[in-house]
Amino acid sequence: MIPAAFEYYRPKDMDGVLTLLAEHGDDARVMAGGHSLIPMMKLRMADVPHLIDMQDVGGLSDIEITNDSIRIGAMVTQSDIIAHDGLSEVAPILREAALQIADPQVRYMGTVGGNVANGDPGNDMPGLMQCLDATFTLIGADGERDVPARDFYEAAYMTAREDEEVLTAVTLPLPKGGYAYEKQKRKIGDYATAAAAVQIVKNGDTCVSASIAMTNLSDTPIYSADAGAALVGTSVDDAALKAAVSAMDGDIDPTEDNRGPIAFKKHVAGVILRRAIERAWSRA
Amino acid sequence: MKDEVDNREDRVANLKGMGCSRKRVEDARFTQGKGNYVDDVKLDGMLFGDFVRSPYAHARITSINTEEALKVPGVLAVLTAADLEPLGLHWMPTLAGDKQMVLADGKVLFQGQEVAFVVAQDRYAAADGIEAVEVEYEELPVIVDPFESLKSDVILREDLDPTADGAHGPRKHPNHIFTWEAGDKEPTEEVIANAEVVAEEEMYYHRTHPCPLETCGCVASMDKVNGKLTLWGTFQAPHAIRTVVSLISGIEEHNIRVISPDIGGGFGNKVGAYPGYVCSVVASIVTGKPVKWIEDRMDNLMTTAFARDYWMKGKISATKDGKITGLHCHVTADHGGFDACADPTKFPAGFMNICTGSYDIPTAYLEVDGVYTNKAPGGVSYRCSFRVTEAVYFIERMIEVLAIKLNMDAAELRRINFIKKEQFPYTAALGWEYDSGDYHTAWEKALTTVDYDGLRAEQAQRVEDFKAGKTRKLMGIGLSFFTEIVGAGPVKNCDILGLGMFDSCEIRIHPTGSAIARLGTISQGQGHATTFAQILASEIGLPADSITIEEGDTDTAPYGLGTYGSRSTPVAGAATAMAGRKIRAKAQMIAAYLLEVHDNDVEFDVDRFVVKGAPEKFKTMKEIAFAAYNQAIPGIEPGLEAVSYYDPPNMTYPFGAYVCVMDIDVDTGVPEIRRFYALDDCGTRINPMIIEGQVHGGLTEALAVALGQEIAYDDMGNCKTGTLMDFFLPTAWEVPNYETDYTVTPSPHHPIGAKGVGESPHVGGVPCFSNAVQDAFRPFGNTHTNMPHDHWRIWKMANDLGLHD
Repeated sequence: MIPAAFEYYRPKDMDGVLTLLAEHGDDARVMAGGHSLIPMMKLRMADVPHLIDMQDVGGLSDIEITNDSIRIGAMVTQSDIIAHDGLSEVAPILREAALQIADPQVRYMGTVGGNVANGDPGNDMPGLMQCLDATFTLIGADGERDVPARDFYEAAYMTAREDEEVLTAVTLPLPKGGYAYEKQKRKIGDYATAAAAVQIVKNGDTCVSASIAMTNLSDTPIYSADAGAALVGTSVDDAALKAAVSAMDGDIDPTEDNRGPIAFKKHVAGVILRRAIERAWSRA
Repeated sequence: MKDEVDNREDRVANLKGMGCSRKRVEDARFTQGKGNYVDDVKLDGMLFGDFVRSPYAHARITSINTEEALKVPGVLAVLTAADLEPLGLHWMPTLAGDKQMVLADGKVLFQGQEVAFVVAQDRYAAADGIEAVEVEYEELPVIVDPFESLKSDVILREDLDPTADGAHGPRKHPNHIFTWEAGDKEPTEEVIANAEVVAEEEMYYHRTHPCPLETCGCVASMDKVNGKLTLWGTFQAPHAIRTVVSLISGIEEHNIRVISPDIGGGFGNKVGAYPGYVCSVVASIVTGKPVKWIEDRMDNLMTTAFARDYWMKGKISATKDGKITGLHCHVTADHGGFDACADPTKFPAGFMNICTGSYDIPTAYLEVDGVYTNKAPGGVSYRCSFRVTEAVYFIERMIEVLAIKLNMDAAELRRINFIKKEQFPYTAALGWEYDSGDYHTAWEKALTTVDYDGLRAEQAQRVEDFKAGKTRKLMGIGLSFFTEIVGAGPVKNCDILGLGMFDSCEIRIHPTGSAIARLGTISQGQGHATTFAQILASEIGLPADSITIEEGDTDTAPYGLGTYGSRSTPVAGAATAMAGRKIRAKAQMIAAYLLEVHDNDVEFDVDRFVVKGAPEKFKTMKEIAFAAYNQAIPGIEPGLEAVSYYDPPNMTYPFGAYVCVMDIDVDTGVPEIRRFYALDDCGTRINPMIIEGQVHGGLTEALAVALGQEIAYDDMGNCKTGTLMDFFLPTAWEVPNYETDYTVTPSPHHPIGAKGVGESPHVGGVPCFSNAVQDAFRPFGNTHTNMPHDHWRIWKMANDLGLHD
């Protein structure tokens, strides 16, 4: 559990980071909280000759809430999310999800940026951000660009981020309606057996919009537009729930691992989604 | 001289002796990060060693090239079997009478096996050196199933003569290790054949691992000038390790000093001798420098000391009103690539023959076949006496299975079959003599406390609600009643490598009335420094706070067989009491001399000797201690010291009654433990607080094993659970609130009546958690389903029973 030798950098600003990235290309990796990258390096599964620690780069730890959006700096930790009163008020699903990530020690170090940028299908924030239709801001030598969370993930650990780019912020429209982040895991600290993020808007007794994303049930997070659509226009009755679960089931592609075989994961995904929708609906 | 404390009650309290919840004296350093563990040992010029390990479970090694590794900066040496062979150290004897490769000798037999030992200036250079060692493997067919192994043409142990007997008698197949029998075969088969009711079940007790927080490790330091080897290590049996090191290295035993410093949990993992110890010693001899070896978590889980892996097949017979008449058990025991089980020599399946449990079963037969496979060696007793967890799981499941067959309540079935109080000492059908017990009292207390009848009524209602679609949660009531067999053990039938399993205590009273006592055991978290001082306080009348307990340094402590199998209190605790009584006997003579009366005219009273009938005339133990060093007393040597080597006349048999109430989400397979009640009877209770802590810890490890903790392999022999992501180690989050309770049935043969408790909760807990899961599904047709009951396997129980749409 000892990594191969690597050079360690701690630049003071983003220019310093980008210069290092330009110099070393895919031999370099930026590190936020390090809670995914360092274990991979220790297992010698990630070969990182040049490690760029982002801790001293300023301006990445703010949470800004405006009338219509929330901007979360990449270095904001899960713990910051949980502790931020304003955020809990306008987007309580973020706190509900963050509380289900790992344990307090990890949450003090683990960041939103690292969680969404790493591309690990087990991470909770990617699916959550797809549900909330967030946008990721990337900075590179040619300046900034925005990529929707729903277009960001290509395969396990493969994302739209180029090797020379750094993810600096997550921006999301103010969530509306009821919410739920439902996660089944084997124990504290575990990745999800299945997790569902649901944000749902109600008008009278009718669902007018619903957004649904699933975690750790494919090699990327799964935003299931069809599952959301199955709820819209309904009173979220049993038939609608079944239709949403069925649509979601068509979108996920879990693999067997120590958490269980595929049939189990698909079944649990359905149960978890159903519970998430019911809870979100009750809060809508 | 008048003592400061006159009131008798105050004097008793002042001692903090037996029965007092004295706070742990160890915790001052542990809670401040001031413990001294083996990885805290840092010596000048110390080097680090680590292993190149096999990625394959079964392969021939065609070449090992160390050239590139030796070029890595900081790498000083790479040892292979070829380097150890001239010293005769490329293989080592195991505790089970087999031998084990120290470094791969031509082939590997399990994934993670030690292939080469890289010695470097620091552990970083060692890790880089490991990467640079080039090993060529030729893969061989992998066998991970013991039944397949016994039929296979693939011979795993080519080093053994396939026709020769093993350490425990004839072998049936080249991959067979031993057959071990207990009880009467034909009479048992006859009873079962003619019985009114017979229940049969096959159950797999899965492979798991003790997983102490601190992994195994050592520091070997060979002083070439004076010829002395000092070996610090995570040893649960430091004295035995010294003897083993001497026997295999040829270094005379007086030139070896083994030190077990603070140990961060053992649970059986740290009983055996591992290749890392041998390689560190050799590397220190070769380099002339101290060499440290510390396992990482993956090494620990994948290579040192698995537990369980028993395939058990049972038959239990009874009359139609539930009186058990016979028990038959066959075990196919998967021992991995080498037989390195840590059991007393004559017991290759440990004390599996305690499998008649707490019940008066007149006829029984047990047969165990040990088998080689391509898995890691080990077979240690994970928080239990030797294989007792397997035995108790077996009988507590068989009782449940029989109750189903009889359509009888399982609590009632236990009640009518318990060994009765008046039957003790009770000789079981498989040979053990149970020392004492009062099972019915404990059982009634447990069932009454949890309102057992109320729980059954609630469960029946729940089943109705479930069937009516009102709930998706089932309720399970887990019962277990266990009898442990601990305190190994009587030298007449218990030894390890020929070393009798006595234990020892040596006491020195200092002139000012404080003391040091040294024992042959070693605490790994059990709190020996606290509890053994309490035994002594009560025995010799000096405050526990004035008594230092020291263990683990073979140069100073008396010889003993160490700490595992809940043996410290039954054996070393007895030695402590006996040594204390020798002190007291001499103190009596000194007191009589000082009080100018005959020896028989004084009697011991808490912390002093008083003249019989004249309690105002007394000498405190403190005064007596001083007198022992400052007065010439006719006929009495100066000083106040004693040593006792205690060979226990019998094992001790703690017991307990546990009840678990569990709610199970049928759709997700998630169990929720609503209540856990644990009544333990460990005989005389030395420190109730420490007992409670032990019970909490043992139950938590039981929960782990029952609900998900396993060492699992794929068909290629790859270990699938080599990190704590997949190997379940419960945290405070997963653990329920435990209710503890007790009865006290002292051991009649132990000097203070104590029986040992550290492992009881694990032994009794595993079947209790498992029975709760199984009981929830009993109304829908479940008879038995194997552990571990993790989410997906519970879900599968529900799915197999048609409980999902």
